[in-house]
Amino acid sequence: MDPIKSKHMAIDRESLMIDVRRELDMPSRRLFGKRIVTLGGLVMLSGCSLSDDKSVENFLSRVSRMNDGVQAWLFNPKRLAPTFTESQITRPFPFNAFYGESDAPEVDGSDFRLKVGGLVRSNRPWTLPELYALPAADQITRHICVEGWSAIGRWGGTTFSEFLKRVGADTSAKYVGFKCADDYYESIDMATALHPQTLLSFTYDGHQLPRKYGYPMKLRMPTKLGYKNPKHIM
Amino acid sequence: MSKSQPASATRHNMKTIQPAWVRICHWFNALAVILMILSGWRIYDASAVFKGLFIPARVTLGGWLGGALQWHFAAMWLLVFNGRFYLAMNLLTGRIRGKFFPLGAHVILHDLREALKGHLSHADPSRYNAVQKFAYLLAMVNIAVLVLSGLAIWKSVQLWPLRELFGGYESARVVHFGAMSTICAFIVVHVTMVALVPRSLLTMIRGR
Repeated sequence: MDPIKSKHMAIDRESLMIDVRRELDMPSRRLFGKRIVTLGGLVMLSGCSLSDDKSVENFLSRVSRMNDGVQAWLFNPKRLAPTFTESQITRPFPFNAFYGESDAPEVDGSDFRLKVGGLVRSNRPWTLPELYALPAADQITRHICVEGWSAIGRWGGTTFSEFLKRVGADTSAKYVGFKCADDYYESIDMATALHPQTLLSFTYDGHQLPRKYGYPMKLRMPTKLGYKNPKHIM
Repeated sequence: MSKSQPASATRHNMKTIQPAWVRICHWFNALAVILMILSGWRIYDASAVFKGLFIPARVTLGGWLGGALQWHFAAMWLLVFNGRFYLAMNLLTGRIRGKFFPLGAHVILHDLREALKGHLSHADPSRYNAVQKFAYLLAMVNIAVLVLSGLAIWKSVQLWPLRELFGGYESARVVHFGAMSTICAFIVVHVTMVALVPRSLLTMIRGR
């Protein structure tokens, strides 16, 4: 390093420090900082307003679609949800729907017929006694709601994959859809439909499924969130 | 070479204190953590773990549970990928060893006592004191706990080892909330310290 260059560097250091001090004192510099803080504040606290922006919504939707793919990849059809003992059942088991308990649909079981349609070999309807005669299965599992809360319950019925076999369902189809007496509609992917713990349930805690829990039947899936489990299936 | 100016002082001023990757990771992380916290609060509100503890909706992100979940499951990718890049770079460059260790309980307590007395100097912004080292390491571990407990909640059947690690589904929710509270406390202290030593903010933007 030659002497002239280093003297130059020394001067630059002095003037650099003066420069920096001056820059920060300048009102425009402070205003720039303030503007960043304000914009940041807007981003942080706008809640709804940022989400209302169409491009943000589209972006979030696209990420959601991508996440669906990741979740499908994560799903192991052999992985069982944990089971529990009688003493661990949540009592009382909570009622949850998009309406109040008194508005839960009344279904007359005596002339009830479960309609079956779509890619199946047999689309004849099923009576309740016929369904009750199917091979029995029981489970004590945790119902987890998308809201975060959970409750442990006991459901009895028949394994859904066995029911699908009996109606000759085409298991290469992608989804199974369910229409419900409370005007709810839900669909599940075939992998979940065939999962060993997916239960077409007719009883709760050893008794006939009460109206508030989905009489005459509910599809119980401990590998899915609560809202995916349709009640009052028609 | 001139002897009028010590070469080290000159070079020190030109030297980068925070490399570009550290600064980029820092700001991406700050954004991701804030998005996760604000959307997480809205998710919490849908079914409060602690009865009576409710976060006002206007400080939350997402507008409703569905919107908050979308934000949460979008920002998580930024948090994790940026975090993994940061940890990998720290290990590969040896920065983690140089900047954060050696560290011991006695030196942390000593520096903490000095800090509370107002005697801790920040004259050399390229060095972290023991309290800083501990706090930043804690923040890294804390975010890891947040991610793992979050995964345990999100995929409590498929990622069952994580669920078991945190003592079951309901317990994982409590751990997740506790870790969130910890990172919030860290942020409050961190931002306060930056306000007290504004040069550190410049360093994290400019690198020197």
